[in-house]
Amino acid sequence: MLDGKIPSGPLAEKWTRHKFEMKLVSPANKPKFTVLVVGTGLAGASAAASLSELGYKVKVFCLQDSPRRAHSIAAQGGINAAKNYPNDGDSVHRLFYDTIKGGDFRAREANVHRLAEVSQNIIDHCVAQGVPFAREYSGYLENRSFGGAQVSRTFYARGQTGQQLLLGAYGALMKEVARKNVDLYPRREMLDLIVAEGRAAGIVCRNMISGALETHLGDAVVLATGGYGNVYFLSTNAMSSNVTASWRAYKRGALLANPCFTQIHPTCIPVHGPHQSKLTLMSESLRNDGRVWVPRKKGDSRAPHAIPDAERAYFLEERYPAFGNLVPRDVASRAAKRVCDDGLGIAGGNAVYLDFRDALARCGRAVIEERYGNLFQMYEQIVGANPYETPMMIFPAVHYAMGGLWVDYNLMSNLPGLYVLGEANFSDHGANRLGASALMQGLADGYFILPYTIGDFLAGSGKANVTPEDAPARDALRDTQARLDRLVGLRGKRTVDELHRELGLLLWEHCGMARNAAGLRQALQRIPELREEFWINVNVTGSQGTFNQVLERAGRVADFIDLAELMCLDALERNESCGAHFREEHQTGDNEALRDDEHCCHVAAWAYGGPGEAPVMEKEPLTFESVHLAQRSYK
Amino acid sequence: MAEKTISITLRVWRQDGPQAEGRFASYHAKDIPADLSFLEMLDIVNAGLEKAGADPIAFEHDCREGICGSCGAVVNGHAHGPQRATTLCQLYMRHFNDGDVITIEPFRAKAFPLIKDLVVDRSAFDRIIQAGGYISVKTGTAPDAHAQLVPKPKAEQAMDAAACIGCGACVAACPNASASLFTAAKISQLCKLPQGDPERKRRVSAMIRQMDHEGFGSCSKHYECQAACPKEIKVANIATMNREFLRTLLPGE
Repeated sequence: MLDGKIPSGPLAEKWTRHKFEMKLVSPANKPKFTVLVVGTGLAGASAAASLSELGYKVKVFCLQDSPRRAHSIAAQGGINAAKNYPNDGDSVHRLFYDTIKGGDFRAREANVHRLAEVSQNIIDHCVAQGVPFAREYSGYLENRSFGGAQVSRTFYARGQTGQQLLLGAYGALMKEVARKNVDLYPRREMLDLIVAEGRAAGIVCRNMISGALETHLGDAVVLATGGYGNVYFLSTNAMSSNVTASWRAYKRGALLANPCFTQIHPTCIPVHGPHQSKLTLMSESLRNDGRVWVPRKKGDSRAPHAIPDAERAYFLEERYPAFGNLVPRDVASRAAKRVCDDGLGIAGGNAVYLDFRDALARCGRAVIEERYGNLFQMYEQIVGANPYETPMMIFPAVHYAMGGLWVDYNLMSNLPGLYVLGEANFSDHGANRLGASALMQGLADGYFILPYTIGDFLAGSGKANVTPEDAPARDALRDTQARLDRLVGLRGKRTVDELHRELGLLLWEHCGMARNAAGLRQALQRIPELREEFWINVNVTGSQGTFNQVLERAGRVADFIDLAELMCLDALERNESCGAHFREEHQTGDNEALRDDEHCCHVAAWAYGGPGEAPVMEKEPLTFESVHLAQRSYK
Repeated sequence: MAEKTISITLRVWRQDGPQAEGRFASYHAKDIPADLSFLEMLDIVNAGLEKAGADPIAFEHDCREGICGSCGAVVNGHAHGPQRATTLCQLYMRHFNDGDVITIEPFRAKAFPLIKDLVVDRSAFDRIIQAGGYISVKTGTAPDAHAQLVPKPKAEQAMDAAACIGCGACVAACPNASASLFTAAKISQLCKLPQGDPERKRRVSAMIRQMDHEGFGSCSKHYECQAACPKEIKVANIATMNREFLRTLLPGE
C-alpha cells in the first residue's frame, strides 16, 4: 500500500504543523546543494527562482529557446485564490471543498487543503512582482467567476493571465540568473533520469542545437515538465508539450498515477479538417457572459440570429439551473457531446454555439471588449467570423492531464530526491480540474511548497555524491545514445506525424470523452501494432548531431505510444465513472458519472514492469476526514 | 460545399548553420485548403520533403495561438507576414491567392545569429531582461495584495506594455535592428506600477546598457516596430523609456 505521507492532525493545521516539524538546511549549508529543475513553466520557474533565493545552487533546463515560452504562457482566463475580496462567502475551506468536489472526490484531501491555504500568498506575491491584474476604478483588484464555483474568486489579466504570471516567474528567474546563482540551459531536452542507489541524482539531456548529449548531476531533481495531452495529437497544448521526461522517470522506477484522467475542455474551436495541427482553446471565462445553445430542431439550417429564443436549447442552463453555463468542464463537455451525438450539433456536426448576443445587449460592446477582446480577436483570426456579430462555434478538446507522476504530500515521487510539480504531478485535481486552478497549483508548488519540503529531504539525506564516471550516470548516457541511434536509423515510409495522428484518433475514439471496456480492449490490441509499425516504418530524416526537429518529434511520439497503452489499461481497470473519466457502463439514470466509492476510492499508481512485462498497479487509498463523499450535483 | 484551396510557390531561405552559405529554395505547395494556418501549410510542405527523404524546413513554433512568441519569419518582406497584429502562427492561408509566390526569410539581425533555415538565436532578449526587467521581490515577503492600490488606467497601461511576447519582430522590422520597443515595453510596464518604483533608475540604465552591448542598433523613429508588432505595442513606450533614462541624468535625481 502506497503511503502519501500525510501529516497527522486536523486538516486545517496539517501544513502549519508540518512546516515546523520538517528539518531545515542552514543558510551556510544551502549553497553546498545543487538542485536540477527541468521545465520553466509556472511551477519550474517559480521553484527555481525561490530555491535560488534561499541559497541553493540551481541548474534549470528547458526545451524552448527561452524559459519565457513554456506552455503556461498560453493560459488565458485566470487564477483562483480564496481572498474573499468580493465578500461573497469565499473562504479557504470553500475553495478546498469546491476543488475536491470538482475533482469528483479523487484527490488527496490534505494536498487540496494546503493548495487553498497558500492560494492567498500567490496573489500577494504576483502583485508585488508587477503582474498587471485587472482592477476596479478604485484601484482594488477585480474578480470574475469560473466553472464549478458560486463565488467570484478568479483574478485575471485580460485573457493573458498565464502569460503575465509566467513573465513574473520568469523575471524572478532571470534575477537569479543575473546573480549567477542559477545556471540556465535552454534548448535542452531531458532524455533520461539518473538514479543512483535508488535516489534521483541527475539527468541526461540533448543539446537541441549541437545534438550533443550532456550529463548533469545534482542532489535533487525537480520535474516541472507539464502535461501529456498531446498524446491525442490534437489538443490545446503547445506543439512541443510531451511526456518524455515523465516517461523516462517512469521507466527508471517512478510511479505514474491516474494516467487516464485527462481533461476535455468544453470551449475550443472545432476541428476544421484533416491537416489541422492543434486545437485552440477559448477561455472558460467566456462562459461568464456567453450562453451555450443548439437549435431545438434537428437539421435547423437557419442562421443563428434567425432562430428565436423559444427554438433554442440552452442545454446547460436547462439541465443545471444552479450553475448554468458555469458547470465544471467535464460536465459541460459531456453535455455538448450528448447534444451533438443526438444530431443537434450545428449543421449536424460537432459544434455548439457560444453566444454573446445577450451580454452585448446588457453591457455594451466596450465592456465585452475589455473583458474578452483578445479572445474575440483570436477567434476571428482563426475562423474568419466576427463573434460580436455571430455566435462562436465551439466543441470540446483535450486540454489538461490530471494524471501524472505520483508524489507524496511533500511533492516527492517514490524515488527519493525526485520532485514533481505542476501539471506533471497527479496530486491536486482528482478526476477533473476546475478552471483557473492550474495556475494556482503550479505557483503553489513552486513558490510555497517545494522550497519547504526539499529542505527536509536534503537535510536528512545529504549530498548525492554521484560523478559522471559512476555506473548509473554512464548507463543512462549509454542507454540514451542507443535509443537515439535506433531512432536516427529508421528510414521507413511514414512520417512521424502520420503515426502520431493515427495514435491520437485511436485514443480519442476509445479513451476520450466516453470510454467502455470493449473499446479500451480494442485500443489495447491496436496500440502494440502501432508501436511495431513505428519502430519499423517511420522515417527519421537527418542525423543526431544537428538541429533536427524530426528526431525530436520521433522520440516524443515513441513515448506517447507507450503512454497511450498505460492510459487505456488504467481506464479499463478503473471500473467506475468519475470526473473526466466517463465509463459508459457506469452512469446514473440521467447520464451523470456514477462513482464506485466502495471499490475505486484510490489513486492508481503504475510501476514499470520491465521490458515486455506488464506494468504493476499500486494503490493509494483515499480517505476523507472532513468531506462527505456525495454524488456531485450542479443542478 | 467544396473546400476552397489554393496552389502557391514558396521561396524559402535555407541555411544549414551559422557558418554555412544560405540560399533561396523553391517549393510548390498544391491544393492548400484556405482554412489552414501558414504553419500548417509549412507542415504539409515539410511532410512532402520528409517523404522524399529530404531535410525539412526548420522553423520555430510552439503554442500556435500567438502567445508564446516562438514563431516568426519575414513573409513577403513583412515580419510575421502582411496581416496587422498577427503572429505567423495566426496568419491564415485565406489571406493569400492562388498562384502567389511567397518569400519566407528568417528574422535578420546581428544580435540574432542564425541557427538553421528560419531559426535564429534570440537569447539576447533574455540577457536584456536579466539586466533588470523585473521587480526584485523575494518569495514570501509580499504584503497583502490590497496593501498598495493601483489606479485602473495605470494598470491598463502597464498591461498594454506587458503584452509583449518577445518574438523579435520589432528587431526584424527595424532598419537599424533596434530592440528599443522590446526593452521599452518592459521598462514602461514596471515604471507605471508603484511596486516598480524603487528600482526604476537602476533598471532603465542597466537594460539600455545591455541592449547596446548585445549589438542592437539605435532607434531612429521609423516606427516599423510598431507596425510589425503582433501585440500592437506602441512606440510611445520608447518615449517613456527615453524619459525614464533622462531622469537618471538629472542632478539630484
